[in-house]
Amino acid sequence: MDTRQSRIFGTSVNWLRRHFVVIAGLVTLGYLLLPNVVVTVFSFNNPKGRFNYQWQEFSTDAWKDPCGVADMCGSLSVSLQIAFWATLGATVLGTMIAFALVRYRFRARGAVNSLIFLPMAMPEVVMAASLLTLFLNLGAQLGFWTILIAHIMFCLSFVVTAVKARVMSMDPRLEQAAQDLYAGPFQTFIRVTLPIAAPGIAAGALLAFALSFDDFIITNFNAGSTVTFPMFVWGSAQRGTPVQINVIGTAMFLVAVLLVLASMVVSNRRNRHKA
Amino acid sequence: MAALTEAPPPLAPAPEAKPPRRRGRWTPYWLLLPGILWLLVFFAMPMIYQASTSVQTGSLEEGYKVTWHFATYWDALSDYYPQFLRSVLYAGAATILCLILGYPLAYLIAFRAGRWRNLIMILVIAPFFTSFLIRTLAWKTILADSGPVVGALNTLHVLDVTSWLGWTSGDRVLATPLAVVCGLTYNFLPFMILPLYSSLERIDGRLHEAAGDLYAKPVTTFRKVTFPLSMPGVVSGTLLTFIPASGDYVNADLLGSTDTRMVGNVIQSQFLRILDYPTAAALSFILMAAILIMVTFYIRRSGTEDLV
Repeated sequence: MDTRQSRIFGTSVNWLRRHFVVIAGLVTLGYLLLPNVVVTVFSFNNPKGRFNYQWQEFSTDAWKDPCGVADMCGSLSVSLQIAFWATLGATVLGTMIAFALVRYRFRARGAVNSLIFLPMAMPEVVMAASLLTLFLNLGAQLGFWTILIAHIMFCLSFVVTAVKARVMSMDPRLEQAAQDLYAGPFQTFIRVTLPIAAPGIAAGALLAFALSFDDFIITNFNAGSTVTFPMFVWGSAQRGTPVQINVIGTAMFLVAVLLVLASMVVSNRRNRHKA
Repeated sequence: MAALTEAPPPLAPAPEAKPPRRRGRWTPYWLLLPGILWLLVFFAMPMIYQASTSVQTGSLEEGYKVTWHFATYWDALSDYYPQFLRSVLYAGAATILCLILGYPLAYLIAFRAGRWRNLIMILVIAPFFTSFLIRTLAWKTILADSGPVVGALNTLHVLDVTSWLGWTSGDRVLATPLAVVCGLTYNFLPFMILPLYSSLERIDGRLHEAAGDLYAKPVTTFRKVTFPLSMPGVVSGTLLTFIPASGDYVNADLLGSTDTRMVGNVIQSQFLRILDYPTAAALSFILMAAILIMVTFYIRRSGTEDLV
């Protein structure tokens, strides 16, 4: 190796060393996004057999007829309904708990804290199995309501954590100021406390919605004959995967990214306006 | 807020000596009541029912009775210890892989991404919004026998090494332990990245400069300053990855074979197909106890009890 070659070699080693973190990070990002790319590409596939695992030819049939598979859009609507009510329930109950934890002193705080932590530290299959033993023992009819009960249960802790973080960082003097300006407790809560806590509550609600909509393990145990979207996908992995599944997956990904981008643009503009 | 700071406040009458506002003594309890009741009835009580079911004997037709039949635990353990072992191994391997893969990305977002930070953050979170089952099924395509990944690994003779280690079998990656661990790693990676990022982000950048001023090489700075300060993120990240991975049965079912069954698969089939409730409850109880003991020990050891 002559000196020039070794210099080039040296600089490229240096370059690699300086950018090692960036390269490794981007490789991980690629690993995270690769399945989404595959899901999107295969939503334009025209598979030969029942399974959509091998590329055959380009087709937009599935996009033109997203509900062309029996029962799929029905299961999607069941999932959306459950996710909506579970989000509502978990957000209301979780926000109340979060306020109690941050703002008040009471007995048994330690017990309450661990009761909120434990569902997050428990494998889903354990919660799923034990909840099923409860429902079996009570003779409850498995279906929409048992799924909803289960979803509110496991989303609750996540909402508490999200809201608690926000309320804790709130300046209590703002509420004192409102009261010094003769706002009643209710008015203070509606006009001052709630708007400040709103981002935390929104984050908790968003998390609850995503968790509930995507839940499979707990739902699978407690669903009876009700079919949610994840359960439909699970069943189709056994029977044959229609391309429409990929269409829904791609559409969900795009909607999520667009919503987040839009909210970022709005908040950027608002910040600039303030400054 | 803006109005408050701009306009001078009108002159208020001198504040009278008000007694400190008395908050209702019972308010916190009313706030806690519905949520805590929900968790007690639908989280804590099921655990008790499960414990009771695990020591019952009987049959579906005649009903079950509590007979303190602890032998169920012994039978469950001796029948299914390979699945337990596999769960710990696969979840452990996935956790370590998540840490190795996730740390550079979390570091990149926290310190090196600049104006790309938000975009990368969105790309980490966005896959969550596509059902994880659909994304896991995509690995069947990626790791397909005739696909480019398996082809490349074959040409590089990587598969010979992994087969020799028992991670893969022959020319296949699908339906082997490697595929299951790969799926587990993929599924729980964001749970590692997010806590790592939030603890890295809190590190004062001036500490890096100070380390550099004191002639520490970048590697030394990382080893002595950055990594120790990110420990809370490492601890909560590993817990958030290991716990769900150890109870998972989706990856083992979709990407594995009967030789890669984990304890979650056994609990699921005992409960939903074989309908042997006592054995299923005993297995689930053992898993829960094992996880709780491990978590407690781990949190104590790493000295971050404020994590909870």
